[in-house]
This record gives sequence, structure tokens and C-alpha cells, in this order.
Amino acid sequence: MDRSYITVDGNEACASIAYRCSEVIAIYPITPASPMGELADAWAARDIPNALNITPRVIEMQSEAGAAGTVHGSLQTGALCTTFTASQGLLLMIPNMFKIAGELTPTVFHIAARSIATHALSIFGDHSDVMAARSTGWAMLCSSSVQEAQDMALIAHSATLKCRVPILHFFDGFRTSHEVNRITSIDDDTVRSMLDEDLIRQHRERSLDPDKPSLRGTAQNPDVFFQARESCNPFYDAAAEIIRETMQEFAEKTGRNYDLFDYVGDPEAERVIVIMGSGVGAVEEAIAELNSKGAKVGMVKVRLYRPFDSKAFVGILPKTVQRLAVLDRTKEPGAMGEPLFLDIVASLHEDWIGPRRLKIIGGRYGLSSKEFTPAMVAAVYAELAKPEPKRRFTVGIVDDVTHLSLKWDPDFITERADTVRALFYGLGSDGTVGANKNSVKIIGENAGLAAQGYFVYDSRKAGSVTVSHLRFGKHAIESTYLIQRASFVACHQFNFLEKMDVLELAAPGATLLLNSPFDENEVWDHLPREVQETIIERKLHLWVVDATAVARDVGLGARINTVMQPCFFALSGVLPRDEAIGHIKDLIRKTYSKLGQSIVERNIAAVDQSLERLREVKIPARAESARHRLPPIPGVAPDFVQRVTSMMIAGKGDLLPVSALPVDGTFPTGTTRFEKRSIAIDIPIWDADLCTQCGLCPLVCPHAAIRSKVFPESELKDSPEGFESREWKNKEHPGYRLTIQVAPDDCTGCGICVDVCPARSKEVAKHKAINMTPKDEHLERERSNFDFFLNVPEMDRRTVKLETIKGSQLLEPLFEFSGACAGCGETPYIKLLTQLFGDRLVVANATGCSSIYGGNLPTTPWSCNAEGRGPAWCNSLFEDNAEFGLGLRLGVEQKHLIARELLRHLGPKIGDDFVASLLSFSSTDETSLAEQRERVAVLKKMLGQDQSLEARRLLTLADQLVPRSVWIIGGDGWAYDIGFGGVDHILASGVNLNLLVLDTEVYSNTGGQASKSTPRAAVAKFASGGKHSCKKDLGLLAMSYGNVYVAQIAMGANPLQTLNALREAESYPGVSLIIAYSHCIAHGIDMSTAMTHQKDAVSTGYWPLFRFDPRNAHDDLHPMRLDSRKPTLPFKVFAEKEARYAMLARSNPSEAKELFAQAQADIDARWRFYEQMVGVTRHAHEPESVEEVKS
Amino acid sequence: MNVDLSTRYLGLTLRNPLVASACPLNQDPEFLLRLEEAGAAAAVFPSLFEEQIEFQQQQIFGLYEYGTESFAESLSYFPELEDYNVGPTEYLRRLRAAREAVRFPLIGSLNGMTVGGWIQFAKLIEDTGVDALELNVYFVPSDPRHSSEEVERRYLDLVTAVRKAIKIPLAIKVGPYFTSFGHFARRLVDAGADGLVIFNRYIQPDINLETLDFFPNLALSESYESRLSMTWIAMLRGRVGAYLAATSGIHTVEDLVKILLVGADVGMLASAIYRHGPDHFTRLEAGLRAWLTEKDYTSVQQMKGSLSRENCSNPEAFERVNYMRSLVAYTSKPI
Repeated sequence: MDRSYITVDGNEACASIAYRCSEVIAIYPITPASPMGELADAWAARDIPNALNITPRVIEMQSEAGAAGTVHGSLQTGALCTTFTASQGLLLMIPNMFKIAGELTPTVFHIAARSIATHALSIFGDHSDVMAARSTGWAMLCSSSVQEAQDMALIAHSATLKCRVPILHFFDGFRTSHEVNRITSIDDDTVRSMLDEDLIRQHRERSLDPDKPSLRGTAQNPDVFFQARESCNPFYDAAAEIIRETMQEFAEKTGRNYDLFDYVGDPEAERVIVIMGSGVGAVEEAIAELNSKGAKVGMVKVRLYRPFDSKAFVGILPKTVQRLAVLDRTKEPGAMGEPLFLDIVASLHEDWIGPRRLKIIGGRYGLSSKEFTPAMVAAVYAELAKPEPKRRFTVGIVDDVTHLSLKWDPDFITERADTVRALFYGLGSDGTVGANKNSVKIIGENAGLAAQGYFVYDSRKAGSVTVSHLRFGKHAIESTYLIQRASFVACHQFNFLEKMDVLELAAPGATLLLNSPFDENEVWDHLPREVQETIIERKLHLWVVDATAVARDVGLGARINTVMQPCFFALSGVLPRDEAIGHIKDLIRKTYSKLGQSIVERNIAAVDQSLERLREVKIPARAESARHRLPPIPGVAPDFVQRVTSMMIAGKGDLLPVSALPVDGTFPTGTTRFEKRSIAIDIPIWDADLCTQCGLCPLVCPHAAIRSKVFPESELKDSPEGFESREWKNKEHPGYRLTIQVAPDDCTGCGICVDVCPARSKEVAKHKAINMTPKDEHLERERSNFDFFLNVPEMDRRTVKLETIKGSQLLEPLFEFSGACAGCGETPYIKLLTQLFGDRLVVANATGCSSIYGGNLPTTPWSCNAEGRGPAWCNSLFEDNAEFGLGLRLGVEQKHLIARELLRHLGPKIGDDFVASLLSFSSTDETSLAEQRERVAVLKKMLGQDQSLEARRLLTLADQLVPRSVWIIGGDGWAYDIGFGGVDHILASGVNLNLLVLDTEVYSNTGGQASKSTPRAAVAKFASGGKHSCKKDLGLLAMSYGNVYVAQIAMGANPLQTLNALREAESYPGVSLIIAYSHCIAHGIDMSTAMTHQKDAVSTGYWPLFRFDPRNAHDDLHPMRLDSRKPTLPFKVFAEKEARYAMLARSNPSEAKELFAQAQADIDARWRFYEQMVGVTRHAHEPESVEEVKS
Repeated sequence: MNVDLSTRYLGLTLRNPLVASACPLNQDPEFLLRLEEAGAAAAVFPSLFEEQIEFQQQQIFGLYEYGTESFAESLSYFPELEDYNVGPTEYLRRLRAAREAVRFPLIGSLNGMTVGGWIQFAKLIEDTGVDALELNVYFVPSDPRHSSEEVERRYLDLVTAVRKAIKIPLAIKVGPYFTSFGHFARRLVDAGADGLVIFNRYIQPDINLETLDFFPNLALSESYESRLSMTWIAMLRGRVGAYLAATSGIHTVEDLVKILLVGADVGMLASAIYRHGPDHFTRLEAGLRAWLTEKDYTSVQQMKGSLSRENCSNPEAFERVNYMRSLVAYTSKPI
């Protein structure tokens, strides 16, 4: 019996079994299941064999539907197959799952259960996805811990071969999939022994084989379908028992016992909770606490949910039970109850033969990883004890609308006193989480202690904050909720003290470790008053270390993790100090040796120096600091932002009641402006004297944090001291001034603006017209300047030369301060789009990076202008964005047509000439638009006085007489892969739509998996040996229709071509497709120079610029135009600056040589082809505008 | 008459005094074979750059960790590879392959940064079976607070440390920018150098007049540049107990003959190989033989150092008066 401990997360625990039990693994990335596929791919790339001693074939598909189809196919050939998914991915698999089950095919799908998008997307965990699949005919086996994620995975792979019913094995997304815990591993021999060779042979014998041909997948008629469907019943009747037997076999081999249902609690319990998933940990703790005080409560853990073995469930209940509460981690609006509840009701109705009729209530908990604590469990038991408990309830929230929620006592805490509970507040970029994962490993694998780590991440990508929750102790840790009372708190960034309440969860007498630029004698005076008060009140022990200085001195930059980690061990006492340091160093060697000796040495130097600089602070008796923690929303903000958004920003969103939130997921836009994150260390400061007024810096700013405005000099009369401006060089606006202004609290400090600035000082070449400067030196002045700047009137759009870069940058951006990565390559395109068309823009946004930085609460960068106009934005799904956008367009067109029709009807009343002027409008230049808006305003005023039905109808639709600009935006994962079918359909539709593909050549949002846009030779996840196939030429496919406007752009290489393409696409009355080169951190590049690096992409021919405009396909004109010159540099010049290519050259030089040569050949061939296309004349039928069609 | 072209360098007997200097071309075993066939007597393998190794390690570490563990959906951005080849392993593999491929002496080359690095990598290079090691010290003392003694001490400590660490012959390749090069050369030899390779060409960056940035702009050497080496070899020959190799600016038979006359044991070529290919060795060897024959020399050994400062008839030519004369002669020409 194997007893070796490993510390892994649930995904790895599960994947290690799935990999060893499979021969074909088809995958597609989706949070939180992606790591399982990534691990399988990485193991296969290393040629690690499975339990049957062959290396599984791991293949990435274009969607989860594709993955399920592939698995289905391989299963038909008798292969052992698996896949991993979650949420919408599982929904896409459902059609094949029906087929696989209908054909009684043994397989296991592993699910990191995640919320299904409804009123909003959520990446976090609940059971709404697996519950949506419960009608597919799959067995459903639930794991409630990291250990079980491994064990149940093996039980599932073993049992499915016996029962022929496919098994959906699931565990809670994030809470289990991403929790790191010490578990007992399973060796290869045990895995092998659980896979019955005879059953595998039978599975293979059932396969499709031309040597013994058969046919599957018939179409059946009413005469036999029904009977045939019932023919599988014996298999389902037997499945539960087979799975139970498999659990017994597993127990004999591993010593770990599981049953279909497990009971925990008082054998004579009167009140029982029924629950499945990670919530059982909290319930168990609550039961122990309550029963120790005389209560008689218990719990049934549901492991096998389908087939539901009613007799087994009833049999496990104590005969004393009187009341049950069934907890579902999902919501089915309109149902009598949630699925598990209904099953339990039916089960007890049919099979309970106890002495009395039971009271059963059903509740929802934990949607989207909402915390579920022992206190909430206690509240459920308390509810059960009431004379008339709520039949339906929720727990974990405050429902002040339908009053379903139960109140819980936040002081009901069951954390063990002998468990070390440590909280770490860090930045994503400082390595805090990585170090904590290592600490869990050190303690779990070396110290003989139980260890658990769970990590909470930010919803923003730039300057993201992480909170690590670590528990260590002698007893197994099954607390499946965040730490509630911390015995140790580490704050890895000093400025957090001002921004958040890092001591909220500090227990009395806890230790506080602070990374502080101030020593033990100075630090107290620099703490905010609130922090001082808490330290005194709770008698905290404060220690400081200048980790930033240590990390800098040893050459680790901002990575302070290796400095803070030894301090934690030294202060927490989890391990003897020297032993801990030894383990840390061993792990450093193990982790970093393949990255190089210098990395190892620097990290070890950091460890050695850290403890030397660790100092305890003597705590004064009184808190007298003049500093205070900053409010979440500085300054004035709308009511909703003050009441709701500010709570989310402050990390107190859990406290918001139901009534605070919109009923249908609709939120106000323009809210990032209220969230002053102030994450930059250096900010750009403008030197007006040097500025050439090119407009490049505001153009490329990914966060709209640097802006330009032109205004009459008179506007300067109340300007604050130090507000810079210079004469605007433009004949049409004599005497006007220009200001380039930074938003100091919104800038991420990426430096892209400085990199593109062409103007240099004649005296000091490194000094440009805009320069990165320490923020602290300028913050107050620039805050004041930016406030003033915002109040300077915007330029009249009618007077702006939109066709120039500097003109375009005088337009107000209606996409600002997003939480995208610092230096993001996508957001500048979106921002420019909003500058050009934002006041009439409708956006369909595919799920991905752009939907996350665009729509992830608490705030949104999509904004509106002073008139209240701005982009209307919606994210439907990942896979359907093109179709969704088409729907938006069709709806807009219909409303427009109805308005026109009504207008014609009302002509006699309104005035025929006026109506004619409204109807004849067709141009979209800014002057015409303004005039039309004025006409519409007049119309609405007239209609307001007319009570006729037609007038009232037209009043609702009158604004539609101003044309809308509908854009479909998404990344390459959507456009090239999962949504390509829809994209292709829209390309063929001829409808007036614009598609903007933000092409990062990789799945950026889910962490860098290869897409069909990934070029040959690039290293990406699922292509760790360098991608072997060439990039799909999406533009060429679109051009093949002939009547689609297609442009390939790269803002950093040719800003004017980008501007022209966006304007041309918008003006084209048919479908337009723009493929925009978007640099990304997944390229492994220096983000501060990424815009200028785009020039390399173009000059090497890696990313040729072109426009294909069907309007030029007349009179022997050529629709295709190359906007970049013939490549002058080899691909290698571009590739050697990007880690995605350079990594391959390093890790596998011979393979890289071969792939680089092929990549160069791809480039050469593509260029030759495009050159020929430039010479082609072509006529295609151009789409007509809606007005032309209907008038 | 059969002229003996052989020479000795770093204790090795070479068929002629023509050595391929360290350059990237030499890392390819097939290219080394071509050099050997063409008549090169030995080759120096391209340098192992400790600084570059560390830089690459830092780069990969930085990129590997950048953006990770920040956002729940993308906890990393790159697949974890089994091997990043960031250490010297790949370099040593290539060196070993080269050693096995050719028969002529192969000299390892190392450009270190830290004393620990110099010693560690010197041992690793020695273990590949190379015949000697050349320390390629490329150090620009950019900090004006460092005295000449501190700079020299850095070199001397390095040579002392490496000499202790390895057994194979040791040469040191240095630049010309020392206060009293002759004195410094003696100190290097006293510290354990078996040979001096003079002089390293420091490659100064160029300015891009469009972007107003510096950029590396490698220019191949010209023949006139050999005069610096020639001058100092002439002055050192017989006055320091070490083998002398001339490098930089040796392109023609004449260049080669001159540096041999002043006392070089070998002449090292890199730019000439880039310009003319491996076959240039054949031409140079033939040219050298022809010149010796024509001048009735019987061997390289015979002519080597015959025009050193000690042996020449007008040693003042090496000193300042010669500079003055040249200048006068030049400026007095009609313009």
C-alpha cells in the first residue's frame, strides 16, 4: 500500500490519474479546468507513458464540442479516452455526451465544476454546469477534496469499464481544482491494477472495425426508438452497485474508504444535511462543533449522484432523523427546487420507511464560489430546528428582496487553535503566490504536517493583488473555506496598508510581517491610524523587513517572495528555523536549477539576507498617526457607484444584499474612472517644449491614461499651477493650446507612450517629449492637473480632422482605465474605435481577455461622453459572438426601418420636408451626424406633444434614425477556432457588420494555449515543442468572398493605416473584417517596447499590412492593396526578440532550426501570394445599404 | 629547399603559425574540418560568455515568471519545458563534438565575469579535452573611480585563480588599453599565463542617426590594425617568458610575415576568414612558404623575432620619435 505524500492541487491530482488511464485525450482550454489539459499535454510532450505503458495522444481541439466529438470517435475505435472541461465547455459537450451514453461507451470526463453564464459570466465554482448535464445518461461522481479528486478519478476510470456507463467525474472549480493540499498519492501499479485487462479487451472488441463490420448511429423510427432507448436499463440498474464495488476494491488497495453516500455525525442525529462537493468540509467542522455541545446533527455526503441509488441513500440515514436540509450549489429558477433536493424528496417519498414523515427543506449555497463556512452550516441546522423552517432558503448571502436567506453568526468559528493560519497579501508580480505554493510543498512533503493553500486573485490583470490562505497543522485540513481568523498576516507591499484592510482577519495576538521601506524605529509613524489602532487593540506582534531592498540588492528585482518566505518560517514556527531554511534552499535548487545557476544563487542569497534584516517593532501604547486608509472611491461618484461599486472595490462585495444588485445583469458604464488604483511606480510626464504634436502617445496608451486636448487659450485662466500647454500648430484653430496630460492614478506605468515618442531633446538625447518619472514626485500636481484637464471642454468633433492621427487623438476615448495587463496590445485598438465611433457604437464582445478587462466587475472601462452617449456593450458567449453581433445588427436595422416607416406615415403631421431631410440622411461624417441628431431632437420634441399610437411608437425609436455602428470584437481563439463557423457565416451574410479580431496568436486569457492563429515554430501551451502547422490565413479566407472588406493592421507599425482601416471598415456597407496584431505578455516580450517591436513584425513580413476593399473592385481597379513594404529583414530578427520563439531555439536548437526555416518559407510564400493578389482585378457584388434596399 | 613552417605555441607543435581565432563560425565541426583541411594549424573555439549565460538565465527567469500567478484564469503563460539549456551544457556539448571532429589542436575560450564563474567554466572546458584554454578578457573599465591598479589586479587575480584550477596551457587575450602594457604583460605571465594573445579588438557600438540610439555594428578588421600587435610583440619578444600570439588585422601574407618577424609565435585570423573563407589558410600558408623561400629562410623558427625590438637595427622606431617622424612625413606631403 503506497503511503507517499504529495502536495498538489485538485486539477493535478485528477489529471495524474486521467492521464495514466487514457490513450486519447482531446482537450480545449477553459477555466478552471485548463490546467488538467495543460498537464496532460506537458506529460505527453515528455513522452511519459500511461499505466498501459504507452504515451497518450493529446490533441487540442477548436472547441469543447470538437473535443467531445474527437473523444466520441476514438471511443468508437476502442481507445481509452478522456477530456477535461467546465461550464460552457461542458454544455458544448452535451450533444456528444448523449451519444456516448446512448451507445454505452465507457469513458470519464473530468469536470472542474463552474458556474454557467447567466446574468453574468463567472469563472468560479458551482454545480450549474454538471447539473445541466444530468439528463445525458452519464453517471455523476463527485469529489469533495483534493484527495478525492485523485481517488474518485481512478474509481471512475475503473468502474466505467465494468458498467459501460460513461462517468462524469466532477469537483468544485477553484475550491478543489486550485486548492493545494497534501494528499496520499497513487502509484502506477495500483492504477494498473484497477484497469481490468479483460474489460479493456471487451471495450476494444465492441469497436468499429472493418474486419467485423457493424453500424452505429442509425436513424430510428417511431416503431422502435422507444424500445431501443429502454434497452439500456439493466446497465443503469447495475451501475451504482458496480461503482460501489469498485470503491471497495479501491479501499482494499489504498486503505481509503468511500461509499455511494457517506454519513458523518451523530448516529442518532435528528437534523441532517445532504450535500455534495467541497462544502462537506465546512459541514463536518460545524457538526463536530455542534455535537460537542450536545446537538444531534449529521450529514450525508453524496458521492454518486447519478445513477441515484435511492435505497443506498435512505439506508444510510440514521433512523432518528426528523428533518433534512438538502443543499444545492446551483439554481434552477422556476423549479420546485434544485435538483439534489428534488431527488432527495423523491427518494424519501418512495423509500423512507422510518417511523415518521420527514420534513425536508432545500437551500442554495456557494454559487460562483461564494464562501460556505461552518457558521452558515450552523445556520442551516438552526433553521431545521425551527418549528416552521423555510421550505426554500439560501445561505451565504443577504436576500432582502425575497427574504430567502438565513442569518448566520459570523463568530461561529471552528478553526482549530493548533492550526497555523497564515494570510499573505501580495502582488501578482512579486511572486507571493509562487512562494506560498512552495511553502505548502515544503511543509506538506517534508515536515509530516498537513498543509493547505488556497489563493484568491484579482479581477484586474495589471497591478493585481493576491491573497494567499495557508493552513498547516498536525491534523488533516479539510476547511474548505477561506481563513477567518489568521494567526499570521504578511503584507508584502507596504502601500496595501493604505488601500485595504489587511488586518481584517488578524486574530488577537497574531503576528504581522510587513515588507517595509522603513526600519523598526521609523515604521510606526508611517502606518495609517486604522492599522495602528488594530495592532494595539489586538496586541499584534509587528515585524518588518525591507524585502524590496534585499531583492534589489541580490538582483531579483521586484520578486520579493524569496525574502518574505524565510521570514514567515522564522516567525510562524511551523518548522524549526534551520530546517525550514534548508528546505527552502533545496526547493529553490529543485525549482530553479533548470533556469540556471545564477537564478539559484540569487534566490539563495535572498534567503540568507532576509533573516539578517528581519526586525521586531516595539509597539507604542497609542495610535497617533495622521495618515488614514484611503476611501475606495475618492471624490464624487454617482449613487450606484457609491452604494454598490465602492463596496466591491473595497473587497466588501460579499456584504451587498440582493436588492443592491441589478435584476438582469445590466450595469452602468464608465465606472473605472472612480477606481483610483494608483499602481504605477513611474508615470509619463510631458515636456511641452519638445512635443511635436504627433498624437502617438495618447494613441498607443493601452489604458487611456494619457490624453490630448486642444482648447482656446481662454480655458487656461483657472488652470492650476504647473498645468502645461503649448500652442496648437493648426491654421484652423489659431491661438488654441494643446495639452498632453497623464491620469496619474490610472496609469499602469507601462512606458509604451515614452517608447513611441519621436521627439528628443537636442541637448540630452535620452530626454523625450514624454518621460517616465517617479510618480511620487509628481502625484499631487498631476492629480490636480488631470482634474482640471477633465473639465476642459472636448473639441467639437465636427472640427477635428479625423483622418489624421493627431486629429483622432483629440476625440474623447470612451474606453478608459481598463484592468488589462500593463502595456496591453489589444486595448489601444478598442480605445481608438471608441474615439471614432463611440457615441453610436454597439459592441458584441466574445468571451476572452477583452470581455474580462471590458466587463469584469467591479468596474467597466466602457464609458460615455458628456451627453451620456457611449458604447453599448454585451458579452454573450465565447463561441457565438459573430452570430450574436449579427443579431444585434439585425435588431438595430429592424428598429431603424420601423422608425423610417413610422416617419413616412407621420409625414403629413410632422412636415414632409422635415421628414424627407430625416430620411435622406446617409452620410456618417461628424457634421452630418450632428445635424441628424439635432433633427431627431426636434422630432422627439414634436412627438412628445402627439399622443397618437404611431407618434408614441416613433418616439421610442426616433434615436435609431442616427446610424449605429455595430462591431463584433474578440480574440483569435474566438475568430480562428471556436467561433469560426459563425464568423464565416457572417462573412457570407453581406450584412453591414464590422468584425475586429484582436489577434494575439494565442489564447491569452486562459494562459497562452495555442490557437489556429499561432504561427509555426511558436512555443505555446499545447505546442510546447513549437507549433508545427502554419498560421491560418483568416484574411485570405475572408477575401475569398470578394465582397468583404478585409484589413490586416498593426498600430505600432503603421498607425495611419490602422486609422484608415477602421474608418473604411465602418463606412463599408457590408461585412468588414479587421485583423489587428495585438502584442501580448504571452509572447514573452518586453511590453514597454512592444509597439515599436510591431515594426519588426511588419518589416520581416511576419505580419504584412494590407487592405482589401471591394469598393475598388470596379473599372479594372484592384481591391487588394499592400500597405507594408517587401520584407527587408529575416523572420529570425523578429523571432529572437520573443521568448515564444527564442525558447524553442534554446530548448531544442535543431528543431528550432527546422521550424524557423519553415516559418520563413511560410512568410516568403505568403508575401509572394499577396503580391500577386495586388495585381488581380476582381468585381464582386457590393452589398447595398439598408436604406437602399428598403427605399 | 624545404622550408619548415612549424612553430610552437602554448607548448603545442603546430604545422604552421596560422591559427583560426575565436569566432562564431568555428563552433560548427564541419567548418573546423574545412579549416583543418585548408591548412589552419589550430583553432580557438568561440568563447563561452559567462555574462551571456547569466543574462539569458535572468531573461528566461523574468519571462517565465512575468505575469504569472496574478490572474485566476492565466496563472502562467508558457508551458514548462523540460530543459531551457540556460547553462553551459549546450556549449560544452558543441565543444566536445568539435574536439572529436578535428585532429588539429583545439583551444577553448572563455569570457568570464565572476571569479567563481571563470574557475567553474575553465574546469568544464578543460574536461572536454581541448588542448589549451584562452581567457578572453573583455572588460571595459567604464567606472572612472577604478584605478589602473584595480583594473590590472582584476586580471591578475583571474589568471592566478584559473591557473590553479586547470592543468592545460593557459593563454590570456587582452586589449591594448593599459598604462604600461609591457609591465602588465610580465605580471600576467608571473601570475601563470603561458601565452599572451594581443590584442583583443574592443567592438565599439555605432550611432543610428535616425533613432539617435547606439547599436552594435561589427566591422571586420583591416590590415593596418595589425601594427598595434606588431609593435607590442616586437617589444615583448624576449622580454616576457610566454608565447605570443598576434591577433587583429592579419589578412595577408605580408601581415603574417611581419608579425612573425617581430616575434609572434602564431598569427590569429578571424576577419580574414569571414572575408575569404577557409581556403584563405591555404593561400597564406603557400604565401608564407614562398616568402621564406624567396628570402632564403629555412624555417619559421629562424625568422621568428628577428625584427623584435631587441634584434632590430633601429629600436627607436618603436618609440615616440617614430610617431613624430611619421606625422611630419605625412603632413609635409602636398595636399
